Amino acid sequence: MSTPQKRAIRPSREAPSTEVLEDGVTRRSTFKWMTIAWVGFAAATGAGLTASLRFLFPNVLFEPPTRFKAGDPSTYAFGVDERWKAKYRVWIVRNSDSMYAIFARCTHLGCTPNWLQAQNKFKCPCHGSGYYMSGVNFEGPTPRPMERVEIEVSTDDGQLVVDTAVRYIYERGQWSDPKAFVKMA
Amino acid sequence: MLIVNAARGLVNFLSAPQYLVTVALVLLIVAINVRAIWTKRGGVVLGIGGVLFFALSYLDPNFNKVATLPDNVPIVGMIFLVGFFFWWAMHNAYENDRRIAEGRPTIEGEDSAQKVFSWPDLVYVELICLVVVMAVMIVWSIFLKAPLEEPANPTDSPNPSKAPWYFLGLQEILVYYDPWMAGVVLPSLIIVGLMAIPYIDTNPKGNGYFTFKERRYEITIFLVGFLVLWCILIVLGTFLRGPNWNFFGPYEFWDINKLVPLNNINLSEIIWIKIFKTGMPGFWLFREIFGLALVVLYMGLLPPILAKTVLRRFYEKMGIVRYLIGVNLALIMLALPIKMYLRWIFNLKYIVNIPEASFNI
Repeated sequence: MSTPQKRAIRPSREAPSTEVLEDGVTRRSTFKWMTIAWVGFAAATGAGLTASLRFLFPNVLFEPPTRFKAGDPSTYAFGVDERWKAKYRVWIVRNSDSMYAIFARCTHLGCTPNWLQAQNKFKCPCHGSGYYMSGVNFEGPTPRPMERVEIEVSTDDGQLVVDTAVRYIYERGQWSDPKAFVKMA
Repeated sequence: MLIVNAARGLVNFLSAPQYLVTVALVLLIVAINVRAIWTKRGGVVLGIGGVLFFALSYLDPNFNKVATLPDNVPIVGMIFLVGFFFWWAMHNAYENDRRIAEGRPTIEGEDSAQKVFSWPDLVYVELICLVVVMAVMIVWSIFLKAPLEEPANPTDSPNPSKAPWYFLGLQEILVYYDPWMAGVVLPSLIIVGLMAIPYIDTNPKGNGYFTFKERRYEITIFLVGFLVLWCILIVLGTFLRGPNWNFFGPYEFWDINKLVPLNNINLSEIIWIKIFKTGMPGFWLFREIFGLALVVLYMGLLPPILAKTVLRRFYEKMGIVRYLIGVNLALIMLALPIKMYLRWIFNLKYIVNIPEASFNI
């Protein structure tokens, strides 16, 4: 013969909703409060997450404009120019017949590579990816070349204009687009 | 001096990733089967050897510079801690195996037959641990600085850029795999795989006591994964990766201009250009068909073949679901050293390289 307490907790088939578990707590009231608690918890968590999403859209962005004047083409010597790397994250490269701008972001995992003059290559400090002066990858784990950005000669003052928001991707054949490079006479 | 330089050269040579991982794999598999290493005498010899190696190495200026960085000091501690607990577990396992063979109760079985009170016996020990750990942490924070640096700047990646120490194993995997694989898929599978162990390995032996004999394969697989493919890679990333993520031996100067030829090629380039001597096909599915076939063979066809041959015993013991999940997880784990060796031997970059879809294996 079991004790009265044990019998009370055992679910009964006859009248589940009115069965008193202890001190006036019924099965139904337990479910009611549990539902209120879970709905409240979900609502509070949802509101918190929604409020967090607001942080993805800041009121002010302390970033330089993506389109900038990069000076007269004649100020660029043959090779890789690093003067805009710190501010706009681009290298401007001049070779024998053209100029182009490479966005300084490793296509492996997004670190900023370094230009190694002595070895004539870009080298990423994070996983050792290497690129030629053209931005084409040749060593390390990176799967594709670095991206180039829009570059053109301004019609009013002859300065270079670079826009880092417009990218030209090698695999899509975009490097031959007219705005992907500046033809040098 | 000549001998010292020769020893330095040898250690530098053997620390290169391809030799370090190979030596570690071979040593581990041999060592866990040699009983003498796991005796008290073996432990003392190993411990003294380790301390002596580090003490002598600190005399080298290049080693000293890297090993005394506040970031890297805990890894020296980790080497000794992991080493000690590895030895301790194997020591107890061999002792228990002997006891079980003689029909005597295990160490843990004897231990739990005796009872102590949680108050005061356990709580006192906990209190002492708490005080000691706090004292060590305070002294540590005074002597080893963790300086605040300038605000983060995306255009200025430190050279070398290192992840927190516990992620350096992952960073090393990233040298061989695409970010999606090494950064998302493999870490998720490590966590899922570890959680799946109790459901895959249902052998009740070894519950609550150390043993090696009763679960030889399980322990070997785990140790290869944990010690070689995780801890050794952390040590490699901490001490042996320098500027431009080049490899530097422990006694080598971190020269930013060290030139290491790392020209890599994809499997598709090897097959189409080197073997067939034709150009690369334009359509990616056609271009990567061999790599994709290899991956499908490895993941899809290898488990059934193994079930019929080498792993027949496991297949019969585990049943098809458990067997397939377990073998696939093990194959994915093994894919890491396989890819490493392919890189080291053939300069292979990717088996499947589809930049059009950001998918590389």
